[in-house]
Parts: sequence; C-alpha cells; structure tokens
Amino acid sequence: MHQIIVENLVKTFRVSERPSGLWGAVRGVVHRRHRTVQALDGISFALDAGELIGYIGPNGAGKSTTVKTLAGILVPDGGRCEVLGRVPWRERIAHVADIGVVFGQRTQLWWDLPVTESFELLRDIYRVPQPRYVAARDELVALLDLGPLLDVPVRQLSLGQRMRCDVAAALLHAPAILFLDEPTIGLDAVSKLAVRDFVKRLNRERGVTVILTTHDMDDIEALCTRIIVIGDGRILSDGTLSELRNRVTRERWLTVDLAQVDDAIDDPDATVIRQEGGRVCLAFDPQRVSSAELIQRVTRTHAIRDLFVENPPIETIVARLYGRSVLPPTAGAEQHA
Amino acid sequence: MHAIRLYARYASISLRSQMEYRASFLMQAAGQFLVTGIEFLGIWALFSRFGQIRGWTLGETAFFYGLISITWSIADAISRGFDVFGVTVKNGDFDRVLLRPRSSILQLFGHELTLRRMGRFAQGLAVLIFAIETLDVSWSGPKIGLLALAVIGGVCLFVGLMILEATSAFWTTETLEVWNAFTYGGVTMSQYPLEIYRPWFRRFFLFVIPLGCVSYLPGVAILDRPDPLGTPVALQWVAPLVGPVFLAMCLQVWRFGVRHYQSTGS
Amino acid sequence: MIGNRLRPYRAILSARFRMLLQYRAAALAGLWTQIFFGLVLLMIYEAFYRSTTANPPMLFAEVVSYVWLGQALLAMLPWNADAELRAMIRSGTVAYELCRPIDLYSLWYARALAWRTAPTILRAIPMCVIATVVLPAVGLGEWRLASPPSTAAALAFAATLVCTLLLGCALTTLINISLLWTISGDGAVILLTTLVTFLSGMIVPIPLFPDWAQPIVLALPFAGLIDLPFRVFTGHIPPAAVLSVLQHQIVWTVALVLFGRWLLSHGIRRVVVQGG
Repeated sequence: MHQIIVENLVKTFRVSERPSGLWGAVRGVVHRRHRTVQALDGISFALDAGELIGYIGPNGAGKSTTVKTLAGILVPDGGRCEVLGRVPWRERIAHVADIGVVFGQRTQLWWDLPVTESFELLRDIYRVPQPRYVAARDELVALLDLGPLLDVPVRQLSLGQRMRCDVAAALLHAPAILFLDEPTIGLDAVSKLAVRDFVKRLNRERGVTVILTTHDMDDIEALCTRIIVIGDGRILSDGTLSELRNRVTRERWLTVDLAQVDDAIDDPDATVIRQEGGRVCLAFDPQRVSSAELIQRVTRTHAIRDLFVENPPIETIVARLYGRSVLPPTAGAEQHA
Repeated sequence: MHAIRLYARYASISLRSQMEYRASFLMQAAGQFLVTGIEFLGIWALFSRFGQIRGWTLGETAFFYGLISITWSIADAISRGFDVFGVTVKNGDFDRVLLRPRSSILQLFGHELTLRRMGRFAQGLAVLIFAIETLDVSWSGPKIGLLALAVIGGVCLFVGLMILEATSAFWTTETLEVWNAFTYGGVTMSQYPLEIYRPWFRRFFLFVIPLGCVSYLPGVAILDRPDPLGTPVALQWVAPLVGPVFLAMCLQVWRFGVRHYQSTGS
Repeated sequence: MIGNRLRPYRAILSARFRMLLQYRAAALAGLWTQIFFGLVLLMIYEAFYRSTTANPPMLFAEVVSYVWLGQALLAMLPWNADAELRAMIRSGTVAYELCRPIDLYSLWYARALAWRTAPTILRAIPMCVIATVVLPAVGLGEWRLASPPSTAAALAFAATLVCTLLLGCALTTLINISLLWTISGDGAVILLTTLVTFLSGMIVPIPLFPDWAQPIVLALPFAGLIDLPFRVFTGHIPPAAVLSVLQHQIVWTVALVLFGRWLLSHGIRRVVVQGG
C-alpha cells in the first residue's frame, strides 16, 4: 500500500501584471491585466513508506506547488492525492500532525527566543507528551550537535546552525514524512555534510519518508535512490539516477591535464566541451569509441600529466532534459546545453 | 495541550520578550498614555467652550470615552496577530501557520500580547474613574456585571472587526486600511454618546457594526439616564451580547477566507 | 544647469508618485477612512454648535471647511517620522548618506518635501472633489467645503499654503534628525508628533481653545501649519492680515531650519564616532 499517492494533479494560478513607468502606473489605477499560469499539468507518482526521493526541476516548474499540495495547504484544481490514507487539505489538522516541513529560506523558529524555548513551544503546539519530547529532543540534539546552541536566540545563529535547528524542530513530533525544501542552500560545506548525513541516517534507521526538493545536485547524488524530475508542470522522469542518465544521454566525459598548456586535442570521435589552461574536457559516445581506446589515442599524441573519466554532471543531464540550461551553476560544475 | 493553556504559553512568551526591552516598553506605554491624554484634552477644551453636547455633560461623555478606551485597548492588545496579518500573508508565513496542527485563529491570537497598549488602557481607566467621581452613579452588583459585559462584548466586537480586516488580506493586502474607519473611527465615534449623531449614522452603528450596543446602550443603563432614543431598559441590559454573536459571524467569514487562500495559493 | 542640480530631487519625487499610484486600492482605502473621520468630526461639532446659544468665535460653516481642509492636507503634516530613515539609522546605512555629493540637510529636507508633497496632492484632489461636489449631491450640502469668500482670500491661502509646506518639512526634517538620538524611542517621537498635531489646531481649531490658552498656542510655530492658513482660507483671518501670518510662518521656518542644520551636524558626528 503506497504511503503517498498523487494522480493527475492539475493546478492553475492567476497572476496580475504590474504596470511599468509613470504613465503605466496611472493607467494601472483603472485597469489591471492578468495572466494564467499552469503550475501543474497532470502530475502522477506514488511513494512507499521509507523512500528518500529527490524532487527536482527548474524554478517555476511546479515543485513547490506539488509540495504545498502534499502538505495540505494548497487545494488542487483537479486530480487525486492521498497521504497516509488521508486527503491532505480536507483533514488539515490531522494530516499536518504527521508530517514535518523544513523550508530552506524561512525558519519556523521564533526569532527572539532561545532555541530550546522554540522547541518547547512546538512540543505544546504538536501536543507531544513530555517523555517522548525529551527522548526525541535529546536524540536530535546529539545527532545534529545542537548542545551549545540550545540557549542561543535564533536570530544570533549562523545559517548552518539555524538549519540544523530547523531540521530538529521539524522532527520533534516524530512525523512519518519529512519534506525538505532547499535545506542546504547557503550552507557551508561542514553544515551541508552534517545535514546530509543526518537525513540519510534518519531515512535508513527510522524509516522516515523524505521528499527532498533542491537545486543542489550533490545532495541528490549523495542521498536519493529515486529522482523525479518535473518541468513545466509535468513529470519528465521518474526513476533512479542511472535510469535518468541513460534516458538523456550515453555520453561520458574524459578530462585531461595536458603537460603543455597551449596544446590542443583534436579527435574525430570526441568533442571538446571546454578548455581551461591545460585542462581539456572531451565528450564522447562509448558506443562509438571506448574510453580505453580514446585514452590510448590521446596519450599517444599528447604529453599528459593526469586524466579521469566521468559521467556528465546531473545538472547537464537535467538541463538536457528540458533542452535549455536553466539550473543555477553549483560550485565546480558548468552548464553545457 | 488545551487551547487555553497553549494561549497562556504564547502570552507568557510574548510578555517576557517585551519585558526584555523594559525601558522601551515603559516609554512607549507612557507615550501612549500622554497621547490619549491629549486626545481627551481636546474634548475637554470643547466642553469648556460649549458647556454640553445635546444635553450630555462632560462627565457623561467621559464615561463613554473611558469605557470605549478600555475596551479598545484590550482588543488591540490581543489582536496584533490580525493587525499584522497583511505582512504575514505577503511573507508567506501563513503557510507555516497552516502547517501546524492547530486552529489558525488560536495561532494568530498567540502571535503577540502587546503590552504597551496598557498606556491607553490606563488613560481610559483614569478618565472612567474621573467620570464616575463627577457623576453620581448608583452602583450595584448587576451594574458592575453589566459594565464587565459591555467590555467583554466590546472586545468581541473589535476583535471581530480585526478578523474581518485580516480576512480581507486573503484577497488583497492593499485595502486593509478600509477597516481603520470602523476600528479607529469607531473608537473616536464611541467616545461621544451615540445619540448626538445623525439618525442614519446611529442606525449603522446599532444594526450593522453594533458598536452602539456595546457602549452606548449599556452605558445609558448604568448611568440611569433616560435614553433620548427611547430604547427599553431591558434591551440596554442585553445589548452587549451582540458582541460575541458578531464575533462568531466574523469567524465564519475567516474560515471562508482560509479556504479561498488554500485554493488560490499565495 | 539648474535642471541638472534638481535632477536627484525630481527623481525622488517621481519615484514616490509611481509607488503611490501602484497602490490604488490602498489610496482609495485611505481616502475612505479620512472621509469617515471627517464626517464623525463634523457631526460632533454640529451637535456642539446646536447645544449652545452663545456665539462661538468661529462659525459652524468655517469649522466645516476647516475639518475638510485638515483631512485633505493631512499628509503634509509632520505627524510621523520617515520610517525609511529610521531603518537606515538603526542599521547604520545612514553612513552612506555622508558619501553623497549633496549637502546632507538639503537632501533630507528635499526628501521630506517629496515625501509630503506627492501623497498630499494625490489625497487632496479627490478629497476636495468629494467635499465640494459629492456631499451636496447626496444631500449633505450643509457639510460641504465652501470656497474662499474672495479671490484675495484664495490667493492669500495659496501663499500661506506654500509656507505651510516649507514649515512642515522643516519640522519633519527636525523630527527625522532627532532619530539620530532616540533610536528605540518610538514613544518620544509619537508624543512629540501628537503635541505638534494638537498645537497646530488639527484636533480642535485654535479659536475654540480656552481663551487663556490662545495667545500661547498662536505664538508657537505649529499654529502656522494648520490653524492660521485654514482660517485665511475661510476668511476668518482677513486677506489683509495675511502678511503677519506669512511672517509668522517664515520666521519659524528659518529658525527651525537653522536649528535643524546645527542639530544634524552634531548628530552625524555622533553617528560617525559610534562607528555607524
């Protein structure tokens, strides 16, 4: 029995347009224009308890609309949705008691209060019995290293510290499902790894279903066995990472560090994607020329200091899926549409 | 945790947080006390020039003034969550309210208990005491009960108005000021006995936004003054009950607004 | 040449207009609230006037015009501090103001001018239309804003209005400058602005004040904001006496500007010393 069922979700929004310039503003007093946006155009998927899925897509693709619908705060125009046997927006209070939501850009903690007081207030709001609260809190504090932060007002925390506290706050009431929306955005490397490790453990050891919405492909690669790609309100891909790759391209990349910086590589079976200093990146089709063969050819004609073979980064894969480069670049990766 | 206990929790957190900035709070409360004092000074000046207003004396007017000030300051103190709701909705923070397994109304009440409104409360109380000293009101148990009922009914009414204002934020956050006419304007209007106003105005504030039912009518009963409008005394005593009824209607409108919000998104 | 020097001020004014026009619904809402308040005040005065047989120092019709003028020109009054400036001072970004190639006091004064002029015009026009045309149309003619009794009065009013604007902005700038000291003193600012509002005659026209209080209040600068110009409009102050009104307004404006400049230089030094 699936824990989360989504069938043919449809949702349209009406957006009013702002006039520009002084004359436009005067006209705008009398008449406002609207346009309709099709946020969801028939979304369907099903999740089992304990899955850890990545839900990715460009901005405006419909990710947050889907998450809001699953969370019960948005009512779709059509289609069916069932979470833990309930229709989320029909039984809001019962439903939200079983889920946790973390928004990367907005904290749910009270700005002026010490972290521990926020936690206690949440305990009261979610009606968690004291012994269960204490056990959950202590465990989360230990796993996320929140000890020194408990008495600090939230407004004094760094972004990384706040995010770890927000993740803990979302789990105090032991929800069965956790929604993470951009949880690692803006975090330093150490905090990112901490959050990632924690989510992995939470999913593996506690069986909490996790739905991760993010632009950070490292998060996706590190955590998700299943990836759902959404674009223009439709599901473009739903499967494992390798399935996603194979759907888009068989292409592999060979990156070579040339001994002579102004050397150039020219091979009939490979395309130069980029060349920076002595580093050249070549794309090739393994069915036309095997990586071993290509390496042989290149090393025979050029002096090489180092080389490695890899799959194209997910950003590239996903960008190809839409046919345009729309994802923001992550550190160290580049677009190539 | 029961709703009332949860509210008490919210309130204690809010009060503690405000008391942290004690100097600022005291200054603001004192400032409010003096500001409302100046407002009453204006009324006093007019009475010193004109003597009376359609047969009503300064003392009687002070009674109505004090009553509505106390009522409004309480309502204002507990309704801050609705007052700032336009900003809350714009920020997307209402989503977080909906993500918690509690009534949205309870959470918005819990947003803040604004202590500095006590400045206006104190001033209203001072004026009310002045009125009681000046007039010769024959107090009785039931009358004190009626006074309390008037305050409670009035608080319900003002809270209802604030909820209506917040509900309109679901459609547009730009017109919220419309309601100021009925909240702030209503307070100003209620500072004088309702009888001095034009008939159509009186009828509006008795039957549509029944401010007259929670201030003028019970006030007239307490002052033992024959009502120039000719309302029966029994009616004057039950009039404040209109307040909670009005509030209940406003809560229905709010629920409708929340459903609309969930359909159209932020 | 002059056009170029005025450019930054023109830009501020235009931006303010555009912003206000976008919030058309908000403008209408504000208009409605003010009309409501105006009606309540008028009814209160009406009831007072009907209750007395003695001759008050002002006619009811004059009070009516006074009330509507007050609502129409409310935005011009220095009744609040510039919220943006307050935020700038609190966050310390006011230090950037020092880097601008314009005299700081003039910049803040121009800011106050733009901040007051744009909303005043946008509010005064519909307000006056309603008070002069719509009210008689719905049968409330006795509450209409009557035009000045003579052309001379109208011209005199126009002159005083200009000076009111200058005086009001000098006061606004002074209040804004005071923010450099009282960062979290909202209570003090609100109290000051309420006093200013009261002493300007906004709440009660000064002639209706107790007789002993009038000479004192009339000597203060605030009378020149509301009471004096409005009574020029209604003819309560005859056009012949307008020169003394203008003198009162201008003398106080100059005094407040000089005081403001002095205060600002001290205040900025304080901000710089604190490390902004």
